[in-house]
Amino acid sequence: MKYMLLIYNNPASYEAWAEDQRTALFNEVDALMKELRETGELVGGEALADPSTTKTVRVRDGIPAITDGPFAEVKEQFAGYITVDCESVERAAEIAARWPDARYFAMEVRAIMHTTSVEL
Amino acid sequence: MPQDSVEDLLRPLTRQVLGTLVRRYGQFEACEDAVQEALLDASVQWPERGVPANPLGWLITVASRRLTDQWRSESARRRREVTVFTLELPGGPGGPDGAALGAAEPGEERAADTDDTLTLLFLCCHPVLPPAAQVALTLRAVGGLTTAEIARAFLVPEATMAQRISRAKQRIKADGARFGLPPQPERPEHSERLAAVLHVLYLIFNEGYTTSSGDDLHRAELTAEAIRLTRAVHRLLPDDGEVSGLLALMLLTDARRAARSRPDGTLVPLADQDRGRWDAAAISEGSALISAALARAPIGPYQVQAAIAAVHDEAARAQDTDWAQILALYEVLERLTPGPVVTLNRAVAIGMVRGPRAGLEVLSGLDGDHRLAGNHRVEVVRAHLLEMAGDHAAARDSYQRAARLTTSTPEQRYLQARAARLPRLAREPGQAPASPPA
Repeated sequence: MKYMLLIYNNPASYEAWAEDQRTALFNEVDALMKELRETGELVGGEALADPSTTKTVRVRDGIPAITDGPFAEVKEQFAGYITVDCESVERAAEIAARWPDARYFAMEVRAIMHTTSVEL
Repeated sequence: MPQDSVEDLLRPLTRQVLGTLVRRYGQFEACEDAVQEALLDASVQWPERGVPANPLGWLITVASRRLTDQWRSESARRRREVTVFTLELPGGPGGPDGAALGAAEPGEERAADTDDTLTLLFLCCHPVLPPAAQVALTLRAVGGLTTAEIARAFLVPEATMAQRISRAKQRIKADGARFGLPPQPERPEHSERLAAVLHVLYLIFNEGYTTSSGDDLHRAELTAEAIRLTRAVHRLLPDDGEVSGLLALMLLTDARRAARSRPDGTLVPLADQDRGRWDAAAISEGSALISAALARAPIGPYQVQAAIAAVHDEAARAQDTDWAQILALYEVLERLTPGPVVTLNRAVAIGMVRGPRAGLEVLSGLDGDHRLAGNHRVEVVRAHLLEMAGDHAAARDSYQRAARLTTSTPEQRYLQARAARLPRLAREPGQAPASPPA
Protein backbone atom coordinates (compact mmCIF):
# COMPACT_ATOMS: atom_id res chain seq x y z
CA MET A 1 0.00 0.00 0.00
CA LYS A 2 1.15 3.49 -0.75
CA TYR A 3 0.83 6.24 1.81
CA MET A 4 1.56 9.92 1.68
CA LEU A 5 3.09 11.30 4.84
CA LEU A 6 2.15 14.96 5.02
CA ILE A 7 4.61 17.11 6.89
CA TYR A 8 3.28 20.00 8.96
CA ASN A 9 5.51 22.56 10.63
CA ASN A 10 6.01 26.22 11.32
CA PRO A 11 8.95 27.71 9.39
CA ALA A 12 9.16 30.69 11.77
CA SER A 13 9.73 28.34 14.66
CA TYR A 14 12.67 26.62 12.96
CA GLU A 15 14.14 30.03 12.02
CA ALA A 16 14.56 30.72 15.72
CA TRP A 17 16.71 27.61 16.16
CA ALA A 18 20.49 27.67 16.46
CA GLU A 19 22.43 26.62 13.36
CA ASP A 20 23.70 23.35 14.88
CA GLN A 21 20.16 22.43 15.96
CA ARG A 22 18.92 22.92 12.41
CA THR A 23 21.85 20.92 11.04
CA ALA A 24 21.06 18.07 13.42
CA LEU A 25 17.45 18.09 12.20
CA PHE A 26 18.48 17.98 8.54
CA ASN A 27 20.90 15.14 9.26
CA GLU A 28 18.11 13.22 10.92
CA VAL A 29 15.94 13.65 7.83
CA ASP A 30 18.81 12.60 5.54
CA ALA A 31 19.46 9.47 7.58
CA LEU A 32 15.79 8.47 7.52
CA MET A 33 15.52 9.09 3.76
CA LYS A 34 18.63 6.98 3.20
CA GLU A 35 17.19 4.18 5.29
CA LEU A 36 13.85 4.25 3.41
CA ARG A 37 15.72 4.25 0.11
CA GLU A 38 17.63 1.16 1.23
CA THR A 39 14.52 -0.72 2.36
CA GLY A 40 12.90 -0.02 -1.03
CA GLU A 41 9.97 1.76 0.64
CA LEU A 42 10.64 5.31 -0.52
CA VAL A 43 8.60 6.26 -3.57
CA GLY A 44 9.20 10.00 -3.60
CA GLY A 45 8.68 13.29 -1.88
CA GLU A 46 9.04 17.03 -2.14
CA ALA A 47 9.61 19.93 0.20
CA LEU A 48 7.51 23.03 -0.37
CA ALA A 49 8.94 26.54 -0.55
CA ASP A 50 8.13 29.02 2.17
CA PRO A 51 4.40 29.75 2.54
CA SER A 52 5.07 33.42 1.73
CA THR A 53 5.57 32.42 -1.93
CA THR A 54 2.08 30.88 -2.19
CA LYS A 55 -0.38 31.96 -4.86
CA THR A 56 -4.08 31.13 -4.78
CA VAL A 57 -5.97 30.55 -8.01
CA ARG A 58 -9.76 30.80 -8.29
CA VAL A 59 -11.86 30.68 -11.44
CA ARG A 60 -15.29 32.35 -11.21
CA ASP A 61 -17.56 32.67 -14.24
CA GLY A 62 -14.65 31.45 -16.35
CA ILE A 63 -12.36 34.26 -15.18
CA PRO A 64 -9.23 33.23 -13.29
CA ALA A 65 -8.18 35.35 -10.33
CA ILE A 66 -4.68 34.86 -8.98
CA THR A 67 -3.81 36.33 -5.62
CA ASP A 68 -0.78 36.15 -3.32
CA GLY A 69 -1.15 34.19 -0.16
CA PRO A 70 -2.83 33.03 1.99
CA PHE A 71 -0.48 34.27 4.67
CA ALA A 72 -2.73 33.20 7.53
CA GLU A 73 -0.80 33.14 10.78
CA VAL A 74 -1.51 29.48 11.46
CA LYS A 75 0.82 27.57 13.72
CA GLU A 76 1.21 24.53 11.48
CA GLN A 77 1.45 24.69 7.71
CA PHE A 78 1.73 22.05 5.04
CA ALA A 79 5.46 21.95 4.35
CA GLY A 80 6.00 18.92 2.11
CA TYR A 81 5.42 15.22 1.84
CA ILE A 82 7.07 11.88 1.35
CA THR A 83 5.40 8.92 -0.34
CA VAL A 84 6.15 5.42 0.88
CA ASP A 85 5.12 1.98 -0.32
CA CYS A 86 4.98 -0.27 2.71
CA GLU A 87 3.31 -3.31 4.22
CA SER A 88 0.76 -1.66 6.48
CA VAL A 89 -0.63 1.58 7.83
CA GLU A 90 1.14 0.72 11.12
CA ARG A 91 4.48 0.76 9.31
CA ALA A 92 3.59 4.07 7.62
CA ALA A 93 2.75 5.57 11.02
CA GLU A 94 6.03 4.25 12.42
CA ILE A 95 7.93 6.07 9.66
CA ALA A 96 5.91 9.24 10.28
CA ALA A 97 6.73 9.04 14.00
CA ARG A 98 10.44 9.05 13.18
CA TRP A 99 10.20 12.17 11.01
CA PRO A 100 11.47 15.01 13.25
CA ASP A 101 8.53 17.33 12.53
CA ALA A 102 6.33 14.78 14.31
CA ARG A 103 8.06 15.72 17.58
CA TYR A 104 7.55 19.46 17.23
CA PHE A 105 4.49 19.72 15.01
CA ALA A 106 2.56 16.90 13.31
CA MET A 107 2.62 14.38 10.49
CA GLU A 108 -0.47 13.12 8.71
CA VAL A 109 -0.64 9.62 7.20
CA ARG A 110 -3.00 9.38 4.23
CA ALA A 111 -3.63 6.25 2.14
CA ILE A 112 -3.20 6.84 -1.60
CA MET A 113 -6.00 5.73 -3.91
CA HIS A 114 -5.12 2.91 -6.30
CA THR A 115 -6.85 1.36 -9.29
CA THR A 116 -7.06 -2.26 -8.24
CA SER A 117 -10.29 -3.78 -7.03
CA VAL A 118 -11.54 -7.09 -5.75
CA GLU A 119 -14.36 -9.01 -7.38
CA LEU A 120 -17.65 -7.42 -6.38
CA MET B 1 18.92 -14.39 -37.08
CA PRO B 2 17.34 -11.05 -36.15
CA GLN B 3 18.24 -9.59 -32.76
CA ASP B 4 14.71 -9.54 -31.34
CA SER B 5 14.07 -13.20 -32.04
CA VAL B 6 17.30 -14.07 -30.21
CA GLU B 7 15.92 -12.13 -27.27
CA ASP B 8 12.60 -14.01 -27.47
CA LEU B 9 14.57 -17.24 -27.37
CA LEU B 10 16.74 -16.15 -24.46
CA ARG B 11 14.05 -14.90 -22.15
CA PRO B 12 12.40 -18.23 -21.21
CA LEU B 13 15.86 -19.86 -20.91
CA THR B 14 17.07 -17.30 -18.37
CA ARG B 15 15.38 -18.82 -15.35
CA GLN B 16 16.40 -22.34 -16.32
CA VAL B 17 20.05 -21.34 -16.60
CA LEU B 18 19.91 -19.38 -13.36
CA GLY B 19 18.11 -22.23 -11.60
CA THR B 20 20.74 -24.74 -12.68
CA LEU B 21 23.60 -22.54 -11.54
CA VAL B 22 22.02 -21.71 -8.20
CA ARG B 23 21.33 -25.37 -7.51
CA ARG B 24 24.93 -26.28 -8.31
CA TYR B 25 26.89 -23.42 -6.87
CA GLY B 26 24.55 -21.90 -4.32
CA GLN B 27 25.59 -18.26 -4.64
CA PHE B 28 22.61 -16.42 -5.94
CA GLU B 29 24.11 -13.04 -6.69
CA ALA B 30 27.29 -14.36 -8.31
CA CYS B 31 25.20 -16.79 -10.40
CA GLU B 32 22.93 -14.01 -11.57
CA ASP B 33 25.91 -11.93 -12.71
CA ALA B 34 27.34 -14.93 -14.55
CA VAL B 35 23.99 -15.59 -16.27
CA GLN B 36 23.74 -11.95 -17.35
CA GLU B 37 27.20 -12.20 -18.92
CA ALA B 38 26.30 -15.44 -20.71
CA LEU B 39 23.13 -13.83 -22.07
CA LEU B 40 25.16 -10.93 -23.32
CA ASP B 41 27.60 -13.32 -25.04
CA ALA B 42 24.66 -15.10 -26.66
CA SER B 43 23.04 -11.91 -27.87
CA VAL B 44 26.31 -10.96 -29.58
CA GLN B 45 27.38 -14.37 -30.91
CA TRP B 46 24.15 -16.06 -31.95
CA PRO B 47 23.00 -13.50 -34.51
CA GLU B 48 26.48 -13.79 -36.14
CA ARG B 49 27.25 -17.48 -35.86
CA GLY B 50 23.78 -18.96 -35.59
CA VAL B 51 21.93 -20.45 -32.65
CA PRO B 52 23.71 -23.51 -31.19
CA ALA B 53 21.98 -26.89 -31.41
CA ASN B 54 21.40 -26.90 -27.65
CA PRO B 55 20.93 -23.24 -26.62
CA LEU B 56 20.22 -24.08 -22.99
CA GLY B 57 23.34 -26.24 -22.65
CA TRP B 58 25.41 -23.54 -24.32
CA LEU B 59 24.19 -20.91 -21.86
CA ILE B 60 24.74 -23.13 -18.82
CA THR B 61 28.30 -23.93 -19.90
CA VAL B 62 29.20 -20.32 -20.67
CA ALA B 63 27.61 -19.05 -17.45
CA SER B 64 29.45 -21.73 -15.41
CA ARG B 65 32.73 -20.63 -16.99
CA ARG B 66 31.99 -17.01 -16.21
CA LEU B 67 31.34 -18.03 -12.64
CA THR B 68 34.66 -19.89 -12.33
CA ASP B 69 36.48 -16.95 -13.94
CA GLN B 70 34.90 -14.75 -11.33
CA TRP B 71 35.99 -17.03 -8.53
CA ARG B 72 39.53 -17.42 -9.87
CA SER B 73 39.97 -13.68 -9.93
CA GLU B 74 39.08 -13.38 -6.27
CA SER B 75 41.52 -13.93 -3.43
CA ALA B 76 42.71 -17.40 -2.45
CA ARG B 77 41.06 -17.11 0.93
CA ARG B 78 37.76 -16.18 -0.64
CA ARG B 79 38.12 -19.07 -3.08
CA ARG B 80 38.65 -21.55 -0.28
CA GLU B 81 35.45 -20.35 1.38
CA VAL B 82 33.54 -20.77 -1.84
CA THR B 83 34.90 -24.27 -2.31
CA VAL B 84 33.92 -25.28 1.19
CA PHE B 85 30.46 -23.90 0.69
CA THR B 86 29.80 -25.37 -2.74
CA LEU B 87 31.19 -28.75 -1.76
CA GLU B 88 28.38 -29.03 0.72
CA LEU B 89 25.85 -28.92 -2.08
CA PRO B 90 25.16 -32.08 -4.02
CA GLY B 91 25.92 -31.28 -7.64
CA GLY B 92 28.54 -28.67 -6.69
CA PRO B 93 32.02 -28.80 -8.19
CA GLY B 94 32.85 -31.78 -5.97
CA GLY B 95 29.47 -33.43 -6.54
CA PRO B 96 28.37 -36.03 -9.07
CA ASP B 97 28.11 -33.74 -12.11
CA GLY B 98 30.71 -31.25 -10.90
CA ALA B 99 33.08 -32.23 -13.69
CA ALA B 100 30.96 -30.11 -16.01
CA LEU B 101 32.31 -26.96 -14.41
CA GLY B 102 34.74 -25.39 -16.83
CA ALA B 103 35.27 -28.69 -18.62
CA ALA B 104 32.45 -29.11 -21.10
CA GLU B 105 32.44 -27.42 -24.46
CA PRO B 106 29.46 -25.20 -25.19
CA GLY B 107 26.66 -27.41 -26.42
CA GLU B 108 27.79 -30.51 -24.57
CA GLU B 109 25.93 -29.68 -21.40
CA ARG B 110 22.72 -31.61 -20.83
CA ALA B 111 19.47 -29.70 -20.48
CA ALA B 112 18.76 -28.31 -17.03
CA ASP B 113 17.24 -30.47 -14.40
CA THR B 114 13.52 -29.79 -14.12
CA ASP B 115 13.88 -29.25 -10.35
CA ASP B 116 15.73 -26.00 -10.93
CA THR B 117 12.68 -23.79 -11.33
CA LEU B 118 11.48 -25.02 -7.97
CA THR B 119 14.92 -24.46 -6.38
CA LEU B 120 14.85 -20.90 -7.59
CA LEU B 121 11.25 -20.32 -6.43
CA PHE B 122 12.02 -21.68 -2.97
CA LEU B 123 14.99 -19.35 -2.82
CA CYS B 124 13.07 -16.26 -3.95
CA CYS B 125 10.14 -16.95 -1.61
CA HIS B 126 12.27 -17.64 1.44
CA PRO B 127 10.43 -16.81 4.67
CA VAL B 128 13.15 -14.37 5.85
CA LEU B 129 12.12 -12.00 3.03
CA PRO B 130 9.11 -9.66 3.35
CA PRO B 131 6.31 -10.43 0.86
CA ALA B 132 7.04 -7.39 -1.34
CA ALA B 133 10.65 -8.59 -1.71
CA GLN B 134 9.59 -12.19 -2.40
CA VAL B 135 7.30 -10.97 -5.17
CA ALA B 136 9.92 -8.67 -6.72
CA LEU B 137 12.69 -11.27 -6.60
CA THR B 138 10.45 -14.00 -8.03
CA LEU B 139 9.49 -11.83 -11.00
CA ARG B 140 13.11 -10.81 -11.56
CA ALA B 141 14.87 -14.14 -11.11
CA VAL B 142 12.22 -16.70 -12.08
CA GLY B 143 10.00 -14.66 -14.38
CA GLY B 144 12.94 -13.00 -16.10
CA LEU B 145 11.24 -9.58 -16.07
CA THR B 146 13.50 -6.55 -16.02
CA THR B 147 13.63 -4.32 -12.95
CA ALA B 148 12.07 -1.53 -15.03
CA GLU B 149 9.13 -3.78 -16.00
CA ILE B 150 8.51 -4.82 -12.40
CA ALA B 151 8.73 -1.21 -11.22
CA ARG B 152 6.17 -0.16 -13.85
CA ALA B 153 3.86 -2.99 -12.83
CA PHE B 154 3.96 -1.94 -9.18
CA LEU B 155 3.87 1.79 -9.97
CA VAL B 156 7.03 2.63 -8.08
CA PRO B 157 10.20 4.32 -9.37
CA GLU B 158 12.77 1.96 -10.88
CA ALA B 159 15.30 2.94 -8.19
CA THR B 160 12.87 1.85 -5.48
CA MET B 161 12.33 -1.54 -7.10
CA ALA B 162 16.05 -1.99 -7.81
CA GLN B 163 16.77 -1.34 -4.15
CA ARG B 164 14.08 -3.81 -3.05
CA ILE B 165 15.57 -6.53 -5.27
CA SER B 166 19.14 -5.80 -4.29
CA ARG B 167 18.26 -5.84 -0.60
CA ALA B 168 16.50 -9.19 -1.03
CA LYS B 169 19.62 -10.61 -2.69
CA GLN B 170 21.83 -9.28 0.10
CA ARG B 171 19.54 -10.90 2.61
CA ILE B 172 19.89 -14.20 0.77
CA LYS B 173 23.66 -13.80 0.66
CA ALA B 174 23.82 -12.98 4.36
CA ASP B 175 21.76 -16.04 5.12
CA GLY B 176 24.47 -18.05 3.39
CA ALA B 177 24.35 -21.81 3.39
CA ARG B 178 20.86 -22.02 4.79
CA PHE B 179 19.75 -21.19 1.26
CA GLY B 180 21.07 -24.34 -0.36
CA LEU B 181 18.57 -26.78 -1.73
CA PRO B 182 14.87 -26.77 -1.03
CA PRO B 183 13.85 -29.35 1.56
CA GLN B 184 13.02 -32.77 0.17
CA PRO B 185 9.32 -33.36 -0.63
CA GLU B 186 8.90 -35.79 2.26
CA ARG B 187 10.19 -33.28 4.85
CA PRO B 188 7.54 -31.23 6.69
CA GLU B 189 9.25 -27.92 5.84
CA HIS B 190 8.77 -28.70 2.14
CA SER B 191 5.03 -28.11 2.37
CA GLU B 192 5.58 -24.90 4.36
CA ARG B 193 8.05 -23.58 1.81
CA LEU B 194 5.77 -24.64 -1.05
CA ALA B 195 2.90 -22.81 0.65
CA ALA B 196 5.05 -19.64 0.69
CA VAL B 197 5.77 -20.07 -3.04
CA LEU B 198 2.07 -20.54 -3.83
CA HIS B 199 1.20 -17.48 -1.76
CA VAL B 200 3.68 -15.34 -3.71
CA LEU B 201 2.28 -16.61 -7.02
CA TYR B 202 -1.22 -15.83 -5.73
CA LEU B 203 -0.12 -12.29 -4.78
CA ILE B 204 1.37 -11.74 -8.24
CA PHE B 205 -1.82 -12.99 -9.86
CA ASN B 206 -4.04 -10.76 -7.72
CA GLU B 207 -1.87 -7.73 -8.29
CA GLY B 208 -2.50 -8.15 -12.01
CA TYR B 209 -6.07 -9.38 -11.91
CA THR B 210 -7.49 -6.74 -9.61
CA THR B 211 -6.26 -4.01 -11.91
CA SER B 212 -8.77 -2.35 -14.20
CA SER B 213 -8.24 -1.80 -17.89
CA GLY B 214 -6.72 1.21 -19.56
CA ASP B 215 -3.42 2.60 -18.38
CA ASP B 216 -2.60 -0.40 -16.26
CA LEU B 217 -1.80 -2.98 -18.91
CA HIS B 218 1.67 -3.53 -17.48
CA ARG B 219 0.03 -4.73 -14.32
CA ALA B 220 -2.27 -7.06 -16.26
CA GLU B 221 0.81 -8.85 -17.60
CA LEU B 222 1.45 -9.97 -14.05
CA THR B 223 -1.60 -12.24 -14.31
CA ALA B 224 -0.19 -14.04 -17.33
CA GLU B 225 3.19 -14.30 -15.61
CA ALA B 226 1.62 -15.79 -12.45
CA ILE B 227 -0.27 -18.37 -14.52
CA ARG B 228 2.88 -19.23 -16.47
CA LEU B 229 4.91 -19.77 -13.28
CA THR B 230 2.13 -21.75 -11.58
CA ARG B 231 1.90 -23.96 -14.66
CA ALA B 232 5.65 -24.58 -14.35
CA VAL B 233 5.23 -25.62 -10.70
CA HIS B 234 2.25 -27.80 -11.64
CA ARG B 235 4.36 -29.59 -14.26
CA LEU B 236 6.96 -30.34 -11.59
CA LEU B 237 4.47 -31.35 -8.88
CA PRO B 238 1.48 -32.71 -10.85
CA ASP B 239 0.13 -34.67 -7.85
CA ASP B 240 0.05 -31.74 -5.43
CA GLY B 241 -3.62 -30.83 -4.90
CA GLU B 242 -2.95 -27.25 -3.76
CA VAL B 243 -0.73 -26.50 -6.78
CA SER B 244 -3.52 -27.79 -9.04
CA GLY B 245 -6.04 -25.85 -6.97
CA LEU B 246 -4.13 -22.58 -7.32
CA LEU B 247 -3.67 -23.03 -11.08
CA ALA B 248 -7.39 -23.84 -11.44
CA LEU B 249 -8.33 -20.83 -9.30
CA MET B 250 -6.24 -18.53 -11.50
CA LEU B 251 -7.67 -19.94 -14.74
CA LEU B 252 -11.28 -19.85 -13.51
CA THR B 253 -10.88 -16.28 -12.23
CA ASP B 254 -8.94 -14.94 -15.20
CA ALA B 255 -11.59 -16.45 -17.51
CA ARG B 256 -13.90 -13.59 -16.42
CA ARG B 257 -11.39 -10.82 -17.10
CA ALA B 258 -12.94 -9.50 -20.34
CA ALA B 259 -16.36 -9.17 -18.70
CA ARG B 260 -15.41 -7.67 -15.36
CA SER B 261 -14.84 -4.08 -16.43
CA ARG B 262 -16.09 -1.78 -19.18
CA PRO B 263 -13.69 -0.06 -21.58
CA ASP B 264 -13.82 3.08 -19.40
CA GLY B 265 -12.58 1.06 -16.41
CA THR B 266 -15.89 0.90 -14.51
CA LEU B 267 -16.49 -2.39 -12.72
CA VAL B 268 -19.16 -4.90 -13.62
CA PRO B 269 -20.19 -7.11 -10.68
CA LEU B 270 -20.31 -10.87 -11.23
CA ALA B 271 -24.13 -10.97 -11.40
CA ASP B 272 -24.23 -8.37 -14.23
CA GLN B 273 -21.35 -9.71 -16.34
CA ASP B 274 -21.92 -10.75 -19.96
CA ARG B 275 -21.13 -14.43 -19.55
CA GLY B 276 -20.75 -14.86 -23.31
CA ARG B 277 -17.47 -12.97 -22.93
CA TRP B 278 -16.07 -15.43 -20.43
CA ASP B 279 -13.19 -17.57 -21.71
CA ALA B 280 -14.77 -21.02 -22.20
CA ALA B 281 -11.43 -22.77 -22.82
CA ALA B 282 -9.95 -21.46 -19.56
CA ILE B 283 -13.11 -22.47 -17.70
CA SER B 284 -13.05 -26.02 -19.01
CA GLU B 285 -9.33 -26.37 -18.29
CA GLY B 286 -9.77 -24.99 -14.76
CA SER B 287 -12.82 -27.14 -14.06
CA ALA B 288 -11.06 -30.30 -15.24
CA LEU B 289 -8.02 -29.49 -13.08
CA ILE B 290 -10.02 -28.87 -9.93
CA SER B 291 -12.30 -31.90 -10.42
CA ALA B 292 -9.25 -34.15 -10.80
CA ALA B 293 -7.51 -32.63 -7.76
CA LEU B 294 -10.57 -32.91 -5.51
CA ALA B 295 -10.97 -36.55 -6.49
CA ARG B 296 -7.49 -37.62 -5.39
CA ALA B 297 -5.62 -35.06 -3.28
CA PRO B 298 -6.16 -34.01 0.34
CA ILE B 299 -8.40 -30.93 0.40
CA GLY B 300 -6.85 -27.47 0.84
CA PRO B 301 -7.91 -23.82 0.69
CA TYR B 302 -6.84 -23.14 -2.92
CA GLN B 303 -8.82 -26.18 -4.07
CA VAL B 304 -11.95 -25.00 -2.24
CA GLN B 305 -11.63 -21.48 -3.67
CA ALA B 306 -11.16 -22.95 -7.14
CA ALA B 307 -14.25 -25.13 -6.64
CA ILE B 308 -16.25 -22.00 -5.69
CA ALA B 309 -14.97 -20.18 -8.79
CA ALA B 310 -15.95 -23.22 -10.89
CA VAL B 311 -19.53 -23.19 -9.55
CA HIS B 312 -19.83 -19.51 -10.54
CA ASP B 313 -18.28 -20.09 -13.96
CA GLU B 314 -20.48 -23.08 -14.76
CA ALA B 315 -23.74 -21.15 -14.31
CA ALA B 316 -25.08 -20.08 -17.70
CA ARG B 317 -26.94 -17.14 -16.10
CA ALA B 318 -26.40 -15.45 -12.71
CA GLN B 319 -29.77 -16.77 -11.49
CA ASP B 320 -28.67 -20.34 -12.28
CA THR B 321 -25.80 -20.14 -9.76
CA ASP B 322 -25.85 -23.07 -7.34
CA TRP B 323 -25.58 -20.96 -4.17
CA ALA B 324 -26.32 -23.93 -1.91
CA GLN B 325 -23.16 -25.59 -3.16
CA ILE B 326 -21.18 -22.35 -2.82
CA LEU B 327 -22.41 -22.03 0.77
CA ALA B 328 -21.35 -25.61 1.54
CA LEU B 329 -17.91 -24.87 0.07
CA TYR B 330 -17.52 -21.69 2.15
CA GLU B 331 -18.37 -23.74 5.23
CA VAL B 332 -15.55 -26.14 4.30
CA LEU B 333 -13.20 -23.19 3.69
CA GLU B 334 -14.09 -21.66 7.05
CA ARG B 335 -13.19 -24.91 8.78
CA LEU B 336 -9.86 -25.10 6.89
CA THR B 337 -8.87 -21.44 7.27
CA PRO B 338 -11.12 -19.65 9.75
CA GLY B 339 -11.04 -15.86 9.47
CA PRO B 340 -13.27 -12.81 9.13
CA VAL B 341 -12.86 -12.54 5.33
CA VAL B 342 -14.14 -16.10 4.83
CA THR B 343 -17.05 -15.36 7.19
CA LEU B 344 -17.82 -12.28 5.11
CA ASN B 345 -18.06 -14.41 1.97
CA ARG B 346 -20.16 -16.98 3.78
CA ALA B 347 -22.56 -14.15 4.75
CA VAL B 348 -23.07 -13.40 1.03
CA ALA B 349 -23.78 -17.08 0.29
CA ILE B 350 -26.20 -17.34 3.23
CA GLY B 351 -27.95 -14.22 1.96
CA MET B 352 -28.42 -15.88 -1.43
CA VAL B 353 -29.62 -19.22 0.01
CA ARG B 354 -31.63 -18.24 3.10
CA GLY B 355 -32.42 -14.63 2.37
CA PRO B 356 -30.75 -11.27 3.05
CA ARG B 357 -31.82 -11.04 6.72
CA ALA B 358 -30.00 -14.32 7.49
CA GLY B 359 -26.91 -12.92 5.74
CA LEU B 360 -27.10 -9.69 7.73
CA GLU B 361 -27.27 -11.73 10.92
CA VAL B 362 -23.96 -13.46 10.07
CA LEU B 363 -22.52 -10.04 9.28
CA SER B 364 -23.52 -8.61 12.65
CA GLY B 365 -21.33 -11.30 14.23
CA LEU B 366 -18.35 -9.55 12.60
CA ASP B 367 -19.16 -6.09 13.96
CA GLY B 368 -16.71 -6.20 16.86
CA ASP B 369 -13.93 -7.89 14.90
CA HIS B 370 -10.92 -5.57 15.00
CA ARG B 371 -9.33 -7.39 12.05
CA LEU B 372 -12.01 -5.89 9.81
CA ALA B 373 -12.18 -2.48 11.49
CA GLY B 374 -12.25 0.18 8.79
CA ASN B 375 -12.43 -2.46 6.04
CA HIS B 376 -14.84 -1.36 3.32
CA ARG B 377 -15.69 -4.94 2.32
CA VAL B 378 -17.99 -5.37 5.32
CA GLU B 379 -19.96 -2.30 4.28
CA VAL B 380 -20.08 -3.46 0.65
CA VAL B 381 -21.62 -6.79 1.68
CA ARG B 382 -23.98 -5.08 4.13
CA ALA B 383 -25.11 -2.65 1.43
CA HIS B 384 -25.84 -5.45 -1.06
CA LEU B 385 -27.78 -7.46 1.53
CA LEU B 386 -29.77 -4.40 2.65
CA GLU B 387 -30.59 -3.61 -0.97
CA MET B 388 -31.76 -7.20 -1.50
CA ALA B 389 -33.90 -6.88 1.63
CA GLY B 390 -35.56 -3.79 0.15
CA ASP B 391 -34.18 -1.45 2.83
CA HIS B 392 -33.02 1.05 0.24
CA ALA B 393 -32.33 3.98 2.52
CA ALA B 394 -30.04 1.97 4.79
CA ALA B 395 -28.41 0.33 1.75
CA ARG B 396 -27.63 3.75 0.31
CA ASP B 397 -26.04 4.76 3.59
CA SER B 398 -23.92 1.60 3.62
CA TYR B 399 -22.79 2.06 0.00
CA GLN B 400 -21.71 5.61 0.84
CA ARG B 401 -19.80 4.48 3.92
CA ALA B 402 -18.09 1.77 1.84
CA ALA B 403 -17.22 4.36 -0.86
CA ARG B 404 -15.51 6.52 1.76
CA LEU B 405 -13.56 3.59 3.21
CA THR B 406 -12.17 2.07 0.00
CA THR B 407 -8.80 3.20 -1.36
CA SER B 408 -9.63 1.87 -4.83
CA THR B 409 -10.78 4.46 -7.37
CA PRO B 410 -12.86 2.07 -9.56
CA GLU B 411 -14.53 0.58 -6.49
CA GLN B 412 -15.31 4.03 -5.18
CA ARG B 413 -16.94 4.98 -8.50
CA TYR B 414 -18.96 1.77 -8.52
CA LEU B 415 -20.13 2.19 -4.92
CA GLN B 416 -21.07 5.84 -5.41
CA ALA B 417 -23.09 4.86 -8.49
CA ARG B 418 -24.89 2.11 -6.55
CA ALA B 419 -25.70 4.57 -3.79
CA ALA B 420 -26.98 7.16 -6.25
CA ARG B 421 -29.48 4.67 -7.72
CA LEU B 422 -31.19 4.29 -4.36
CA PRO B 423 -33.54 6.77 -2.68
CA ARG B 424 -32.06 9.06 -0.03
CA LEU B 425 -32.31 8.30 3.65
CA ALA B 426 -35.44 9.94 5.00
CA ARG B 427 -34.36 12.86 7.19
CA GLU B 428 -36.18 14.84 9.79
CA PRO B 429 -36.88 18.44 8.76
CA GLY B 430 -33.98 20.63 9.77
CA GLN B 431 -31.48 17.79 9.47
CA ALA B 432 -31.19 18.07 5.70
CA PRO B 433 -27.61 18.41 4.54
CA ALA B 434 -26.45 21.92 3.76
CA SER B 435 -26.95 22.81 0.13
CA PRO B 436 -23.75 22.85 -1.96
CA PRO B 437 -22.00 26.20 -2.34
CA ALA B 438 -23.40 28.29 -5.18
